[in-house]
Amino acid sequence: MKWLVLLPAVALAVAVPWLVDDYTTATLSRLLVLGLVGVSVALLTGVTGLPTLGQTAPFAAGAYAAAQVGLHEVGGPPVQLLAAAGVGAAFALLTAALVVYARGVVVLMITLAIGELAITVASRWKAATGGTDGLIATAAFDSDRARYLYALAVVGVVVTLVLLALRSPAGLLLRASRDDEARMRASGHPVTAYLAGAYVAAGAIAGAGGALLVTTQQYVSPADFSFDTAALLLLGVVIGGAGSMLGAVAGTALVFAARDWLSGLLPGHAPLLLGALFVLTAYLLPRGVAGFDWRRIGRRDRAASPRAVRRANQEA
Amino acid sequence: MADVLITEALTRRYGSLVAVDRLDLRIAPGERRAIIGPNGAGKTTLLDLVAGAIRPSGGRIRFDGRDVTGYGPARRAQLGIGRIHQRPAVWPSLTTLDNVAVAAARRRGGVRRSRHTAVELLDRLGLAAQAGAEAARLSHGQRRQLEIAMALAGEPRLLLLDEPAAGLSAVEFERLGEVLRDLPEDVTVLLVEHRLDLVYALADVVTVLRDGQYVATGTPDEIRVSHAVRQAYSGAVA
Repeated sequence: MKWLVLLPAVALAVAVPWLVDDYTTATLSRLLVLGLVGVSVALLTGVTGLPTLGQTAPFAAGAYAAAQVGLHEVGGPPVQLLAAAGVGAAFALLTAALVVYARGVVVLMITLAIGELAITVASRWKAATGGTDGLIATAAFDSDRARYLYALAVVGVVVTLVLLALRSPAGLLLRASRDDEARMRASGHPVTAYLAGAYVAAGAIAGAGGALLVTTQQYVSPADFSFDTAALLLLGVVIGGAGSMLGAVAGTALVFAARDWLSGLLPGHAPLLLGALFVLTAYLLPRGVAGFDWRRIGRRDRAASPRAVRRANQEA
Repeated sequence: MADVLITEALTRRYGSLVAVDRLDLRIAPGERRAIIGPNGAGKTTLLDLVAGAIRPSGGRIRFDGRDVTGYGPARRAQLGIGRIHQRPAVWPSLTTLDNVAVAAARRRGGVRRSRHTAVELLDRLGLAAQAGAEAARLSHGQRRQLEIAMALAGEPRLLLLDEPAAGLSAVEFERLGEVLRDLPEDVTVLLVEHRLDLVYALADVVTVLRDGQYVATGTPDEIRVSHAVRQAYSGAVA
């Protein structure tokens, strides 16, 4: 059943640059990039239980690292991608101690501070980031279509890897830590180390997103990592269903698409509509789009069992 | 043989309340020790202190000759202290089988390796049919059984049981008694329980606490007829 939906969706995603104009293709590439950062937010918020507003920081670190690797002609996109993931992970490793001991709203506040500090550094450290002027990256591909397909391939591979990891014992340990941390400790599990591992992995994913941003947009500036972006990422992940990786990609893409397209159609009203979208989701789909039991449509018994909802959440 | 668990002047205060008051305990390897006493006697606090879930305000705890007072709960669990909680603590979004496998993982070299033992344990505790179901779907009694399986899966050397019989059906109670009686002889048990039939059936030695203080220790037969014990209980009621 899942494959019946997934296969045409993948086919459509591959075919899309031949169906739409270049501008739309470029916009979709950007949505893919943000979707990937959304995966890192979902990994922390939904799976690990650390709600975050700070993934823009490793996202930025990865983006500037990739841009510098390109500018110094060290290597092409794959090298940039690995470098960016490494820098994102290293950034997370350095800040992990601030995050993994906190819980709940405190995590939100700390990660918010980390994100804001990262923007400040990005704006001031002109030698590495070009300051508020930003950096123009070297062009790696010669068409929007190629850039889009590259982004699609990278996002596909990373999301698959994350899904496989979550199905492995590592995923079980993270979910158990989120469910009942004290019980984990009573069974001898070093919960803090697990959380730190997840935080570093999420940093690597966000860093890889940074490299994709540079490749698809060929330009990077502090404006790409604003608080707006951080807040919309979290909103997108909640709308998509925080425990679901594909839901995170879809939710994030939906939110940023809404912002970009709606602001064109209804200038000045995009925040209002995003707010309405969020309220509607919270009321109608408390487990996010991916948590909704689509099979219940048209069924007489409209009450989805908690099990069905959870299953759907896990499978997605 | 050296005592497996020793507490020396173990104390825990909550503000002006002294929940555990300069408690000295010595428990021999393989001993089945029950701790009884009226509500508020400090029984659960004592188990929390031994498991490392809370820090003592004073005193020391030795496990197996090692001073573990400064160790966190995870490190103590790895040394072989297993526990079940007063309110069954399981991981609701994991399957019953995975709950046991994850609980045993640290002592058995990984989740995958501990799955085999997990199947066996679930069978012994009458949960085999629920192996694939999420723990969130289990009844209270089943969760209790599950947590016992989780504690046993780690092959603890000291097992802390906080009211394991609370909320169990008659059948489940029977099974619990069997499982506890079948524990390997070298496993030391510290049992906090209100159901005295279980206490007298299982314990070698019974210690009575009141207001965090030691009242009496003896064999079940001695405790049953002890004047001090009756006073401890009646004093609390009056």
